Amino acid sequence: MPTITIKDYLRESRLFSQRAVTAAIGVFLLLSLLILRLVDLQVINHEHFTTLSQDNRVKVQPLPPTRGLIYDRNGVILAQNLPTHSLEITPERVKDLALTLQELSGIIDIGESDRKRFDRLRQQRRRFDSIPIRVRLNEEEVARFSVNRHRFPGVEIKAKLLRDYPLGEITAHILGYVGRINQQELQIIDNSNYSGTTHIGKNGVEKTYEKQLHGQVGLQQVEVNALGRVIRILQQQPPIPGENLYLSLDAGLQLVTTATFGEKNGAAVAIDPQTGQILALVSKPGFDPNLFVEGIAPSVYQALQTSPDKPLFNRALRGQYPPGSTIKPFISLAGLETRTISADQKKFCPGFYQLPGYTHKYRDWKKTGHGPMNLLSAITQSCDVYFYDLAHQLGIDKLHDYLSLFGFGTRTGVDITGERGGLLPSREWKKRVKKTPWYPGETLITGIGQGYLLTTPLQLASATATLATNGKRITPRVVAATKNHDRDQPVPLEPPPATSLPISSAGNWDDVVDAMTQVIEGQRGTARRIRSNLYRIAGKTGTAQVFTVKQDEKYEEEKVSKKNRDHALFIAFAPIEEPKIAIAVIVENGGHGGSVAAPIARRMMDFYLLQERL
Amino acid sequence: MIKTYQSSGLRESNPTRAEGVLADLHLDLPLLTGLVLLCGFGLVVLYSASGQDMALIQRQLVRLALAFMVLFVLAQVPPAEIRRWSPWLFGTGLLLLLAVLIAGQIGKGAQRWLDLGLFRFQPSELTKIAVPMMVTWFLAERPLPPAWKRLAAAGGMIAVPVLLIARQPDLGTSLLVASAGIFVLFLAGLSWRFVTGMIITAIPAGWVLWEWGMREYQRDRVLTLLNPERDPLGTGYHIIQSKIAIGSGGLYGKGWMNGTQSHLEFLPERTTDFIFAVLAEEFGFSGILMLLLLYLFIIYRGLYIATRAQDTYSRLLGGSLILVFFVYLFVNTGMVSGILPVVGVPLPLISYGGTSLVTIMAGFGILMSIHTHRKLLPT
Repeated sequence: MPTITIKDYLRESRLFSQRAVTAAIGVFLLLSLLILRLVDLQVINHEHFTTLSQDNRVKVQPLPPTRGLIYDRNGVILAQNLPTHSLEITPERVKDLALTLQELSGIIDIGESDRKRFDRLRQQRRRFDSIPIRVRLNEEEVARFSVNRHRFPGVEIKAKLLRDYPLGEITAHILGYVGRINQQELQIIDNSNYSGTTHIGKNGVEKTYEKQLHGQVGLQQVEVNALGRVIRILQQQPPIPGENLYLSLDAGLQLVTTATFGEKNGAAVAIDPQTGQILALVSKPGFDPNLFVEGIAPSVYQALQTSPDKPLFNRALRGQYPPGSTIKPFISLAGLETRTISADQKKFCPGFYQLPGYTHKYRDWKKTGHGPMNLLSAITQSCDVYFYDLAHQLGIDKLHDYLSLFGFGTRTGVDITGERGGLLPSREWKKRVKKTPWYPGETLITGIGQGYLLTTPLQLASATATLATNGKRITPRVVAATKNHDRDQPVPLEPPPATSLPISSAGNWDDVVDAMTQVIEGQRGTARRIRSNLYRIAGKTGTAQVFTVKQDEKYEEEKVSKKNRDHALFIAFAPIEEPKIAIAVIVENGGHGGSVAAPIARRMMDFYLLQERL
Repeated sequence: MIKTYQSSGLRESNPTRAEGVLADLHLDLPLLTGLVLLCGFGLVVLYSASGQDMALIQRQLVRLALAFMVLFVLAQVPPAEIRRWSPWLFGTGLLLLLAVLIAGQIGKGAQRWLDLGLFRFQPSELTKIAVPMMVTWFLAERPLPPAWKRLAAAGGMIAVPVLLIARQPDLGTSLLVASAGIFVLFLAGLSWRFVTGMIITAIPAGWVLWEWGMREYQRDRVLTLLNPERDPLGTGYHIIQSKIAIGSGGLYGKGWMNGTQSHLEFLPERTTDFIFAVLAEEFGFSGILMLLLLYLFIIYRGLYIATRAQDTYSRLLGGSLILVFFVYLFVNTGMVSGILPVVGVPLPLISYGGTSLVTIMAGFGILMSIHTHRKLLPT
């Protein structure tokens, strides 16, 4: 037996050795396979993987420039960038969005509107963009999330500068607002310069001066880890911040004007006639531009859109109103210049006017008539019959030509977006648009600022500034100067081109201005109630019909619904010796210019001329 | 026979003082040197991979100390003693696996651990040694190569614990346990016909395993191996990032502690299963070759010890243990370099973590015991 065992032992030992050699060969072959694989990865494809590793590690990030600030003429800040914290979700990095949202709302208050905005933005943006679920977090909320952040991969708090308009609706119609860049804007903008920018000027000064306000994007190469967190900055090219804008606007005047309107709707524009600079531009009612910055809730936007008061509508630039009697000084000038009338020549006003050969009676606002009228009294008392006759004598062609000299019928070219040009009718216009010839009666009503004639408050203010300066036409502008980041002082913008109206005699200006002074100072002046002891005002009231009264009806204010009541207008400049401010005011459905619109202008002039401070 | 000893380089007839001391302690100098060098290298890599985490290094040092202690203790136990333990150890291992399974069913979820209060114990680790011990013990009783009946019974001894572990589910460990058992069968002289037959049946078996035996995430891993871009942010992410780490290392590597893939956290599991990628990134192809040479030396020494062993039990067990060690190495490096699916197998003696370290060192303890408890046989 022992021999057998030993025999077995030897055989087993040999068998094992054979197997061990086989195993060793197996080990060798498998290790060779592994080494081949490593040669493949580390030697043959080394470059490829080095590139991938670099791509992993190094990211180029845009550094968005900070948007320029906007100041008023006295250094009051109108648009600034406030640091705020928002909670943002990157959908791509979140596994279960619904669950994440549900758990998030356990920590941070997330409202229905927040969710809606999130859903809406998610449709618009790319999957790897972070989308705000909550904006303007307070410090406590920031802290609460920070403690729990490990539970929410793909959710982070972002600190960023948010555009803020401290005066809110007071300046909304001038500055406009910024909002998220949308698809259409993406097509137009320089994508590389906007690569880190989320917001863009949507309208107003923010849009007109977008290029200056935005600045130049910077770049940085950063090393990031797998979570996308920046470990260090490898290279940096800092952004160039946007330029600050200095407006000619007087925020105090703007505030006072808005307040003086009270609950009434309308618009007021004040211009420095010497420079064309806009001092105030009010459109009532306004809206809060801050609502638009982070995306306005659709329901709020809907409410603003459908409100009968049209708060989003910029009346000062886009509102086209019949100028009513405020057109009379300009027509007077046309009459004097063409020698159709002289200042002293008298016409008799019986209370109505009839074209030769027609029975239709064109009424004066004063049914009993004004009696004999010269230019001075016709303007002072705003006699319609005098101007029916003057318009008739001038004819529509001359009327059109002279009124267009003052800029009626064309956009002023102001540096705020959305302006409209009003309407200055002509034979040619009527043929083209209405397909009918011009009728003589239409000339008459154009002479008192009714009919087809439409002007914007800005146009009226600009034309009034031209009256104040004996014919100096300057494109109105609201931005006076800019300052880029490496300057200490703002640099004034190139002044807009100024032209002089081809009016032959300075005396013609004086006649009209004298008459406008009497509107305020005369015994029977339609705006005598706003006379000031401290400075002298020249003005003209106007009342624009919204509702057409039939031939034998009488306009009774009480019987007409509020919406159809007359608009009250007033234009003025002061002081007459050396005009510093030219104003146009319109109060929608306000009634009479002298009683409603003129006091607003007086308040504005008091504030501006007397340097009254708030 | 004595001649052979001398040619082995041990020169037991005239040992140096150091070798004499080591021999008295039942330690094998070449193997010990290889293991210490490897563990030292491992610590250097781990220091970088962990982001200079000294606390982590200290914890690993404690584990290493424990593992070497286990090695030392087992080296003192004569192979005959170890042989006697075999059935008991195997039985205990099976019972503990069942306990884990039941505990897992009560706890409703995957369970690999037994909480013993003081520490947590993973019974599957015990079976990594117990299964080859049992199979060897069973086969070595009778002349080799084994008869078919014995072979079938041995197959059962392997299959039961492997299936229990696979159910936990722990694919990596069940694979290692299975290979340990199969290596015993192979070294015991399993006929080549049978080996070929097994390979042929493995294909339909693989299909059955795929259809019914695998969990969703396990199937995912295999699919991801075939095409990592299938799920670049999910399971494929590991492989993509580790390939980038290895590939970008190049010939000489980015330098110690300069691996961007690992330090910037692109590489997942960088201190544990994917530490090989850290090494490849920082030390490059040349560093990897050094490491593989070290491993190769240890495997060579292990196989040599097994071949020189004096009885069948020692030979089979020793051979199986050292080949499992290679399987560890190959499965881990294969998965990290993207030629094998991602199964949770650590890089032996280098990956951070204690359980497998102790098991592996226990294996080497047995090898040392085999080599140092020799009797001078009569010629």
